[in-house]
Amino acid sequence: MEARRGRIELTNDRPSLAERLRLSYMDPWMLTAAIALIAFSVFTLGSATQDDIPGQPLYFTFRQALYGLIGIAVMIAVARFDYSRVREVRIGLYSLMIGSILMVFLFGAAARGSRRWIELPYFRFQPSELAKVILIVALAGFAIEMTRRMDDPRRTIRILLLGSFPALLVFLQPDLGTALVLGFITLTILFLSGAPWKHLVAIGGVVVALGALVLVAAPAAGVPILRAYQQERLTSFLSPSANPAEAGYQVNQALIAIGSGGKTGRGGDSTQADLRFLPERHTDFIFAVIGERFGFLGAGFVICLYALLIWRALRLLIQSKNFYGTLVVGGIAAMLLFQVFVNIGMNLGLMPVTGITLPLMSYGGSSVLVTFLAIGLMQAVHVQMRLEPGDGANNTPLR
Amino acid sequence: MYMREPGRSEAEQSRLAVRVAVFAGLAVVLFAVGVLRLWQLEILNGDEYLQQANDNRIAEIRVQPPRGKVVDRNGKILVSNRTRNELRVTPVELPPPGPKLKAEIRSLSQVTGIRYLDLKKKLRPENADVPGGAVILSQDLGLEKVFYLRENRDRFPGVDVERVFVRDYPRGYLAAHLFGNVGEVTAEQLELPRYRGLRQGDLVGQSGIEYEYDRFLRGAPGATRIQVDSLGNTRGTLADKPATAGQNVRLTIDSDLQATGEAALGSFGLPGAFVAMDPRTGEILAMGSTPTFDPAIFTRPITESQYRQLTAKQNDAPLANRAIQGLYPPASTFKLITATAALEEGLITPQTVVEDTGEVTVDTISFKNAGDKVYGPIDMVDALRVSSDVYFYELGLEARASGDGGQIQDWAKLYGLGETTGIDLPAETEGLVPNPKWRNQLFSEELTDRPWTDGDNVNLSVGQGDMQTNPLQMAVAYSAVANGGTVVTPHLAQSIETVTGETIEEVLPAAKRQIEFSPGTRETLLDGFEQALQEPTGTAYQVFGNWKIPVAGKTGTAERGTDVPDQSWFAAMAPAGDPEIVVVATIERGGFGADAAAPVVARILEAYFEIPQVPSAVGKSGAVSD
Repeated sequence: MEARRGRIELTNDRPSLAERLRLSYMDPWMLTAAIALIAFSVFTLGSATQDDIPGQPLYFTFRQALYGLIGIAVMIAVARFDYSRVREVRIGLYSLMIGSILMVFLFGAAARGSRRWIELPYFRFQPSELAKVILIVALAGFAIEMTRRMDDPRRTIRILLLGSFPALLVFLQPDLGTALVLGFITLTILFLSGAPWKHLVAIGGVVVALGALVLVAAPAAGVPILRAYQQERLTSFLSPSANPAEAGYQVNQALIAIGSGGKTGRGGDSTQADLRFLPERHTDFIFAVIGERFGFLGAGFVICLYALLIWRALRLLIQSKNFYGTLVVGGIAAMLLFQVFVNIGMNLGLMPVTGITLPLMSYGGSSVLVTFLAIGLMQAVHVQMRLEPGDGANNTPLR
Repeated sequence: MYMREPGRSEAEQSRLAVRVAVFAGLAVVLFAVGVLRLWQLEILNGDEYLQQANDNRIAEIRVQPPRGKVVDRNGKILVSNRTRNELRVTPVELPPPGPKLKAEIRSLSQVTGIRYLDLKKKLRPENADVPGGAVILSQDLGLEKVFYLRENRDRFPGVDVERVFVRDYPRGYLAAHLFGNVGEVTAEQLELPRYRGLRQGDLVGQSGIEYEYDRFLRGAPGATRIQVDSLGNTRGTLADKPATAGQNVRLTIDSDLQATGEAALGSFGLPGAFVAMDPRTGEILAMGSTPTFDPAIFTRPITESQYRQLTAKQNDAPLANRAIQGLYPPASTFKLITATAALEEGLITPQTVVEDTGEVTVDTISFKNAGDKVYGPIDMVDALRVSSDVYFYELGLEARASGDGGQIQDWAKLYGLGETTGIDLPAETEGLVPNPKWRNQLFSEELTDRPWTDGDNVNLSVGQGDMQTNPLQMAVAYSAVANGGTVVTPHLAQSIETVTGETIEEVLPAAKRQIEFSPGTRETLLDGFEQALQEPTGTAYQVFGNWKIPVAGKTGTAERGTDVPDQSWFAAMAPAGDPEIVVVATIERGGFGADAAAPVVARILEAYFEIPQVPSAVGKSGAVSD
């Protein structure tokens, strides 16, 4: 149905702006979800961060709106390109990604004990954010390269190593959250690209063993791998109120904020966010702000928008005209799902506090732009599918 | 290459479908978990979290109410409030160590007069009353200094001047023993139901009237409710709950009578006490004790040496209210009880004549009249008039005493001796009515040198020996005779009133018991008491003879051991026919009852009946009859 309408518009002699931007080839639901999310983010920031910077009530609101607009432009621009060509420059992109992460170690700006940003004019760029998308397009390329030797453990190990290296570098910044996102992306691409179950089971075993080593064995042996605050954050979420003054404080305040929202929220009477009991309320804990201000309805609405986004991604994953597209969309879906669940889970006291942003909702240029870039890539897959529709049979690895 | 292998491609396709399904399943599970958790937090437990959010943001600053006033029976203010400016410094809010801190401490040193080094030591955070709280540098800062600190507020971070209510005593030392002190409620007190609803830092009455009527005087603390942010900064005021001022307590005390009594008692410079009571109701009209003290001493933290001075024996413990806490032998004033017991138990009739030979020997011990007097044949009225000890010794010998009772003992208890009177003051003593069982028990525990003997009963008959009482108990006993047999419950409070003076509650404690006198008993007693004051041969004729208002009473002179001067006692009621006031006074080391205690009682009665002061010195009123 949608496809037909797209064809009808093609009969115009002079293509409209929308036509030239290939808006009609995009997935409208995915577009709706993305724009609704950024709009809701701007709306929330507008009502909840007015007192944060004296004299500039709309500081965060205005900037987030600007990032959103630039992001939408990036998304539309990216959607026009044939993503398949990206595969050819995977090695270059991968190198660029590693290089940019290393740059942080050299020139990065430190904030609260970790170096994550590079100062640019008007902008602080966070390479690890961009690294997520670059890793997806590069790793998807590497994965396809080796589909013939699917059962060869060396293929699995190579993909794992390609994904783990940037994850390790990011972990050393230290940015545990993004490192975990990179890890999840790698595993998902490996999984979707068809790695044998026994390899996956083996990887699962290694991950569990590694987790045990890092969290239990190494500290017990006196070799802490995680920094004290990381360790504390990872374990304190299990019982946040046990230690309300320290690591559990953030989670506890987030729970109080969300819980106090009730069915329809406290609106202008919100106090947890407005009186700054809630930490990082415009970034990591913005979901708690939504929970307090707009209640179950508002928070549930946001979750629905993410569900819509992920659903459209999964649908697109099947329909992609080629396997590269499938893996790229799969990687992006993994990235979004992981970030959404870990961030919301952390706000709800289900997951440890790891500093992972809520895509399109948390304030921050790097995060917003990179998320729109990722959605733009998915739209590109959609556009290509619409231009050269496959029936699913075409959805096979290219060569 | 894969395109050329459709078989593998199909396998590839179905494998992808399975894996996408797995991935989608994971997504569904994760979203479901999120929504369920959101449901649990917001819908199921929303109210609880809302409460926590409010607890987070609302800080309550307790506002102490002014305590109720204490006024006398005529509405004259005895205890009220005044405000005082407390200089408080919060150590954690002082500047960090450096020249700024030094400058501030130096300025504070000038303001308070505390030496720089001492001040520095005082301002350590651990000296604060609560963690992060304030150190009180001055309890009562002069107004000029208050203004100076207010004007230079920016130079004194962490310094506050707080207005606090303290008790004010416009009449100075008057009735100091009655009011008691006010202090912060203690941790142990907070556990008691009496202090429910209070919090640490709230002020409550800790003794005296302040303690007894605390629930009325206390009032209800209010609260300034402020909204605070996570750093504790004030972000606006919420609805205030004003403090409710305490209710006033109107005493039965007549402050003029009180002042008269205190002056008369104080003129001897000896420890003593007096009680003036309405025998019909138990209303205390005046009650005093010497030595006395400044009740305002308790409005500041009391030092150890001050407290020692107030309680030390060598200072005669000014803090003690001897009217209710004294443990004295009542001496001849006790003859009221012995006489009643003898008449009621049939040991004697009013007409029975006893030969007073001036001496009674019991088991080789000789008991004599005071001053070795010999009164010859006398009856009950005579014996009371001249205060013949021998007459009562005989009654003491005759009276039965066994176990924990006895004829005299039982009547002493009926009159209210040996038990608390139930007055509305804490820390009243019971006294002691000695009996065989009590003494023998002590002996078996080797706490005394001998068991109970007849001599003990002989001693008891004249209020000596182990007998212990206080002026209030004696006033209650004499009131029972005066009013026809009612053992009243004495009380200091008349009513509870609102701030504007409307009565909320009258204090009308029920009488303790009713004594049913046989016909003639009361008349005989009153006759003897009247003659003791009216007849020239009476023991207190020198003080009360020739008074227009007939006064009845009894002197007492208690032996307090070798080398210690006798204790003077006097109990009186007036007008003799239908008494409306009973006065009891005692003066330690005061000598004969007629010499010290009787004149004190006379001054009080003069004031009560508004008898013009005769220009005669205390103790020499006898001259008037000549």
